[in-house]
Amino acid sequence: MLKAKNRLGLVFFPAFDWAISSTHPEREERLLYTQDQVFEEGIADVEGIKFINPGMATEKDVQRVHFCVPDVTSRVTESHLISAGGAIKAAEAFMEREVDKAFAIVRPPGHHAQRVVFGDRGFCIINIEALMLENIRQRFGHRRIAIVDTDCHHGDGTQDIYWNDRDTLYISFHQDGRTLYPGTGFIDEFGGPAAMGYNINIPLPPETGEEGFLYVLDNLVMPILEEYKPDLVVNSAGQDNHYTDPITNMNFTAQGYAKLNHRLNPDIAVLEGGYSIEGALPYVNLGIILAMAGLDYSHVKEPDYDPGKLKQSPRTTEYIKKLCETIYQRWRKKEDIARDALKTLNGREYVARIRNIYYDTDGIMEEQTQKFKVCPRCSGLNTIHSRSDWGYEIFAVSIPRDACPACIEEGYKIYKETPEGKYFKIYLQDRVNDIYMSQ
Amino acid sequence: MIVGLDMGGTHVDAAIIDRGNIIDVAKTLTDRSDLFGSIWDALDHLLSGKDMSTIEHINLSTTVSTNAIVEGKTAPVGMTIESGPGMDPSFLSCGQENIFITGYVDHRGREIKPIILDEIREAAYRFRQNGIKACAVVTKFSIRNPMHEIQIKRMLEDEFCPVTLGHTISGKLNFPRRVFTSYLNSAVYDVFKGFCGSFKQVMEKKKINVPVNVLKADGGTICLDAAREYPINTVLSGPAASLLGASAFNRDNKDAVFLDIGGTTTDISFVADGVPLFEPLGITIGPYPTLVRAIYSVSIGLGGDSAIHVEKGELTIGPRREGLPMALGGPAPTPSDAMIALGLLNFGEKGKAISAMKRVGEQMGMDAMAAAETVYEKMGDIIKQKVDNLLADINSRPVYTVKELLYGKKLKPEYVSIIGGPARAIAPVLERKFNLPCRVPENYEVANALGAALAKITAEITLLADTAAGVLSVPEVGIYDRVDRNFTLDMARQKALELLKEKAAILGAEGSEIEPEITEESCFNMVRGFYTSGKNIRIRAQVKPGLQCELRGGNYA
Repeated sequence: MLKAKNRLGLVFFPAFDWAISSTHPEREERLLYTQDQVFEEGIADVEGIKFINPGMATEKDVQRVHFCVPDVTSRVTESHLISAGGAIKAAEAFMEREVDKAFAIVRPPGHHAQRVVFGDRGFCIINIEALMLENIRQRFGHRRIAIVDTDCHHGDGTQDIYWNDRDTLYISFHQDGRTLYPGTGFIDEFGGPAAMGYNINIPLPPETGEEGFLYVLDNLVMPILEEYKPDLVVNSAGQDNHYTDPITNMNFTAQGYAKLNHRLNPDIAVLEGGYSIEGALPYVNLGIILAMAGLDYSHVKEPDYDPGKLKQSPRTTEYIKKLCETIYQRWRKKEDIARDALKTLNGREYVARIRNIYYDTDGIMEEQTQKFKVCPRCSGLNTIHSRSDWGYEIFAVSIPRDACPACIEEGYKIYKETPEGKYFKIYLQDRVNDIYMSQ
Repeated sequence: MIVGLDMGGTHVDAAIIDRGNIIDVAKTLTDRSDLFGSIWDALDHLLSGKDMSTIEHINLSTTVSTNAIVEGKTAPVGMTIESGPGMDPSFLSCGQENIFITGYVDHRGREIKPIILDEIREAAYRFRQNGIKACAVVTKFSIRNPMHEIQIKRMLEDEFCPVTLGHTISGKLNFPRRVFTSYLNSAVYDVFKGFCGSFKQVMEKKKINVPVNVLKADGGTICLDAAREYPINTVLSGPAASLLGASAFNRDNKDAVFLDIGGTTTDISFVADGVPLFEPLGITIGPYPTLVRAIYSVSIGLGGDSAIHVEKGELTIGPRREGLPMALGGPAPTPSDAMIALGLLNFGEKGKAISAMKRVGEQMGMDAMAAAETVYEKMGDIIKQKVDNLLADINSRPVYTVKELLYGKKLKPEYVSIIGGPARAIAPVLERKFNLPCRVPENYEVANALGAALAKITAEITLLADTAAGVLSVPEVGIYDRVDRNFTLDMARQKALELLKEKAAILGAEGSEIEPEITEESCFNMVRGFYTSGKNIRIRAQVKPGLQCELRGGNYA
């Protein structure tokens, strides 16, 4: 039998008994044909590839990342905890050196889930990668991590969670927000005051193909990663850039995804979106599995694969080249950009981030103000004031992982001094001591 | 009355059973150069003086196919493999000639590229040039659409025999295993066919006119004619015979560990709610993982005659056997010597056993009896550790639904059944290590023959209805048909059970002994755009494996 070059842990959990609704893209059938392909290929018999069952993420895993309104239990289903638990299991196998790489093919996805959770957005309730990363940081010690999100939709949830964290570099490839949900992910969304430059968006034009994606990877993402020197690279492996995806407009392929994964060489990959359940997912997932295992993926092709038809226009190529150059220059100048931005503070201690957030799956509108303290010793205490149009108003205090004693103290002080009854709920997230409370 | 016969590596065991009572048993030595003669030796012993008219059937567990594979006495096979897109298929080259063709069927069974007739003609030419007679044809996703395999068979069958088709082997998805299993089936076809022919001849000569069934690795039987077409199913039936036999003494619906401790190895199996646990996909034969359904059995190199060594104060037992125990004049100390020294076993010369243990003790700074105790304890530890590891593996087998993950069955043994030479001697230490009751059946030496005798016909089928495409397929019985859009899960269940009964009858089952059951079922809503376009219904059904009748007792002479 075949032997994998890299020992690969595969958490394959199609959740065949769970759906958002019976005709929703996120339904029981989503990974059925992927499973058929993976089984038929005999992946489980390849020496070095190991199937691992997911575990269940805990309430604390969720609280480390999110403020659920009203609470974790009412917002999060077992299926969501298992999906996140699957990602955690994959990462655990990697951290414990049981495998060289790990891939969590789980559902539902998570990268649209932001810090505050009023409901389901973009089929996501909790951010499965963030839960995974904060879980392993808690258990295995701090890690400098890069997340490369290759889902077609901007991972606005992951961006929000790591907005002010320079130890988590977030790079997102996606279809330009002017043409697709969630309508964000522009290049000027560059990170909070303590992490300016560590949130990199690459909004690509519709009909970007293999050439464009691999150009971005080779000429932008890889150089940035080389400079950033992460301890761990995670691929948010959404698969809806595929040319057959029903809800996007890109021209990426299984070969392209496999090559991208091979060159990126992530330690851990986690499935995100991807709804071409017959034409794309079986092939893209297989391609990624083989690439991660270090096996030949050159025979993985879709039935209707035609490189000629999928070739991107010279105009698109030109646009992407310029875009990459612009983004790369911004990355190089991030310190200058940050300095200029801080000059405009004029002595104010906090930088505010004000947004309206729409929950498309549940039809909720949220108004939110985040405030980040500019602290010379740490990434700074921050707060969230948020109100949903369903009438809930909350206030959350977050003490970041690297908080200095003064920020910790201030965090507890604000939490205690916020008058009860003013908000529906008040939260404290103390990442230094891994303590979470609410009143 | 039923006759059961198990041919092992060293002995042929046979037994006659009448309504659950053991009437008589026979044991003869296996002559590896004359397996056929060894079987008749045992049968002649057993049947002499018996009234042939009262015998209902004979169940055989043979090593004919297994030995052919192990000893490389198989026929050269010409493989025609259609792999479509996916993994690099070159690792599937298992035949003497391997022709990779360009057709392609996808995961829903849709033909994407047809076969190219010239490629098949070229394959036939190459087989012919190499003097190959046996062929196998396997296409990816053939269980979803067998038409390419069938078309190719039509082009080959006039000239080649057998032509094993992948989709007829098993309904399970796993292309590499389907290739290897089909290859092995064609490779042992002639050897097994020869065995069947000779067996029938001798039966005619001896005027024995009863149905003959052959034991499979899953502990079920099939009639001789069916076995002749799919001889691969008869490999490695020994552990199945042993487990069935042992379970005949333990009739309950509990989870348990089953150990068969021999001279060289210990075989470990499990029952879940009283039913033998199977390999998830199939058994591995030599280097080949297959789709041959089999009872889960893991062999470890630890038995009564395993060699004991001490290196740097560290005691090791096995995995090799270097000869007889020293109590019988062997070269190295063995667990049997330890148990003889401790008075738990009673054969050979006790003095020699004690001096064997003295030798072990000297290297570990202890006296002979302490060394014997240490060996005895260590044996228990090794077995317990291995069983625990296997249980951990089994209990973490992948599951795919929330319900299974949260509430799925976990195997939790409530007792340990032990058979084999040192069974009784080793039971006390295992009882302590496992902290579970250990059962040693009275007549365990006939367990294998008994298992063979009590086995019944088993069969399995896999039904898939894709009402969006309007296709129904049941590969094991060669059904690939249109299906109505209104076909439901309930109709699918009915259909599966009917087809299973038919199949079991063809394999030799009599109506009353067939207990069909659905083992897996699922029904997916297929949505294209925003509309439901059909259902994807999947069912697996089997004849419940197990024993033909209860064992009443061992009242044979």
